[in-house]
Amino acid sequence: MKKLESTLPNMVIVLTCVSLISATLLGVMQQLTKEPIAQIERQTLEDGIKKVMLGGKAGELTVSRTDTVEMDNTAFIIYTAEQGGVELGKAVKATVTGFSPGLTVLTGFDVEGNILGYEILATAETPGLGAKADQWFQKGAKGDIIGKNPGANNMTVSKDGGEVDAITASTITSRAFLKAVNMEYKAISNAATEATTGATTKTEAYETAEAE
Amino acid sequence: MNKLTIAPSPHVHSGDSVRRNMFGVAIALVPALATSLWFFGLDALAVILTSVVACVAVEYLIQKFVLKVPTTISDGSAIVTGLILAFNLPPALPLWIVVVGAVFAIGVCKMTFGGLGQNIVNPAIGGRVFLLMSFPAQMTTWTVPGVDATTGATPLGLMKEGLKSGKSVSEIIGLPETSDLFFGGIGGSLGEVSALAILIGLAFLLIARIITWHIPVAVLGSMAALQGVFYVASPESFASPLFTLLTGGAMLGAVFMATDYVTSPMSGKGMVIYGCGIGVLTVLIRDFGAYPEGMSFAILLMNLVTPLINRFCKPKRFGEIAK
Amino acid sequence: MNNLKVILNGIIKENPALVLLLGMCPTLGTTTSAMNGMGMGLATMAVLMCSNTVISLIKRLIPDMVRIPSFIVIIATFVTVLEMLMKAYVPSLYASLGLFIPLIVVNCIVLGRAESFAAKNSPLASLCDGIGSGLGFTLALTMLGAIREILGSGMVFGIRLWSEDFGVLAFVLAPGAFIALAYLIVIVNKLTKKA
Repeated sequence: MKKLESTLPNMVIVLTCVSLISATLLGVMQQLTKEPIAQIERQTLEDGIKKVMLGGKAGELTVSRTDTVEMDNTAFIIYTAEQGGVELGKAVKATVTGFSPGLTVLTGFDVEGNILGYEILATAETPGLGAKADQWFQKGAKGDIIGKNPGANNMTVSKDGGEVDAITASTITSRAFLKAVNMEYKAISNAATEATTGATTKTEAYETAEAE
Repeated sequence: MNKLTIAPSPHVHSGDSVRRNMFGVAIALVPALATSLWFFGLDALAVILTSVVACVAVEYLIQKFVLKVPTTISDGSAIVTGLILAFNLPPALPLWIVVVGAVFAIGVCKMTFGGLGQNIVNPAIGGRVFLLMSFPAQMTTWTVPGVDATTGATPLGLMKEGLKSGKSVSEIIGLPETSDLFFGGIGGSLGEVSALAILIGLAFLLIARIITWHIPVAVLGSMAALQGVFYVASPESFASPLFTLLTGGAMLGAVFMATDYVTSPMSGKGMVIYGCGIGVLTVLIRDFGAYPEGMSFAILLMNLVTPLINRFCKPKRFGEIAK
Repeated sequence: MNNLKVILNGIIKENPALVLLLGMCPTLGTTTSAMNGMGMGLATMAVLMCSNTVISLIKRLIPDMVRIPSFIVIIATFVTVLEMLMKAYVPSLYASLGLFIPLIVVNCIVLGRAESFAAKNSPLASLCDGIGSGLGFTLALTMLGAIREILGSGMVFGIRLWSEDFGVLAFVLAPGAFIALAYLIVIVNKLTKKA
């Protein structure tokens, strides 16, 4: 078979065919993988919430509602977790900028606002330095924040007069992490005030949540 | 080494040699060495000895067993690299890290490119920057001289932290007196604690004609000038030029590291351009970068530009008509 | 040239990463650990095998003047399919390679092999070339990843060799990638070329 000549009709037909076949293939794959991908994303989030709410212990919980609050141009997603019909507390997800952008922190608070656990869901911090945040602030580690309450404790690095030890040589990441936790705490209190008093100050936040 | 003069024979040897120059530099480093021993004691001695021995050993081993060429350790260049590397390290650095730095400085920055004269960056600075990236925690744990070995931030570190957290210069507490900066007694790397000791070394280097005035003057002058502009514009958010000159590796870098023959331009004009580049980059990194100190990065960058500068600052050829 | 020779050629004589110096972006960017390097190498290999075979099959149908856009569309399709599959079935690997998966599209090895080999040879030989180049790339990336992981964090394939305190962090960061790659190339040159 001779090679097709590079005439205009030939070229148009070939490119169109190639694109059509590609598009069809991609469409089919998209349909096939949509369900597993969505499931994995749900699973990751669920595991995360479970981890931060139960502190590593096994158990079941259900997310009874999801709210979004916006403060300082950051979206805070609040998951209210229930265990056997009783509210266990809230897990809050937020993305802040550490040394690099994209530090996503999921923190679990009990009903009084004490920290139950946290998890770094996404990070672009320097490996070996800021990336240590996933272990550093856990229970028993140097910068332990578990059990503290951002409302009662001064949750800043010791360099800034707070009571948390910063990650060695990664003060910037530590500050960003603690800021995220503090703001997540604030987001819960804000959401709670609105719920009880029915204040309209933050209604836009709810509207954005619904629009999404 | 300033000018390469090619003349018809007979040639008379001036007595200038790599060996003479390297030992000259080593002598010029003695005042700074003495002050660091005075302030940091045995810690400093251990770091310096480890660094020098490791540098010489690495050079010897590579030449003997990897390259299989005659060894050149007796020319003193490895000793000078070892000394300058040690001067750039904090006194309490674990010794195995010093050895890693020496391996990188000599093995990677120098011997990989073919040894003395062919390296494109200053080996000691290459070693320091490598360590700074690799062991940021250990490399920024500074001993404050004087009272019992306490750790604390360097003046530059204090300044950076303070400014970053929104304070103005006058609100930052704990900054040392200018006289301390000059005579020594501040936290920092081994060789940068006393500006005076380095100036004595500079005087020796100039008198012995080991280096010319161009590079140190250009580096320090451009630093002072640029920082001066910032300082005049906003004295509350920028350190004073004097503070800039006396802190960190400014003096040490301008006198001992930027002037390395191999990695700096050959002509006077080139040296001035190179020096100004270092000064400007250092000030920019210090004032606007993430690191409190930028001297070593600035020198490394300008080392890389040196071949280009040499190209554009070629002395006129004999008989060539000026354009 | 028999097919076995084609495969060996891709692994050794024309190793994409260490001899041809193609695909430097993923080579330097994803090799923070041996596992990541191997994952990236295998992903590229999968794309290479598919794209090489398909391009070789349809090479006569594609007019010369539009061959590059056609190749790119074909390659991009396979990469996107791969990305979706990884996201769905190996999410942990996808999370660590992330951005670099879509970038396989512009990896010059893939287009390079399509242009220099698949467009001129039989489908079977092209498949073998894809396997060879892919294996060569995987091998190089795994070695580089292992070196960086060992020196940078004292581990290899996640197995701890010594304490993380002795890790030379620079090797985890970008400069270490350049340095380690350079020395790897030195060693390969030393072994393959008799000086």
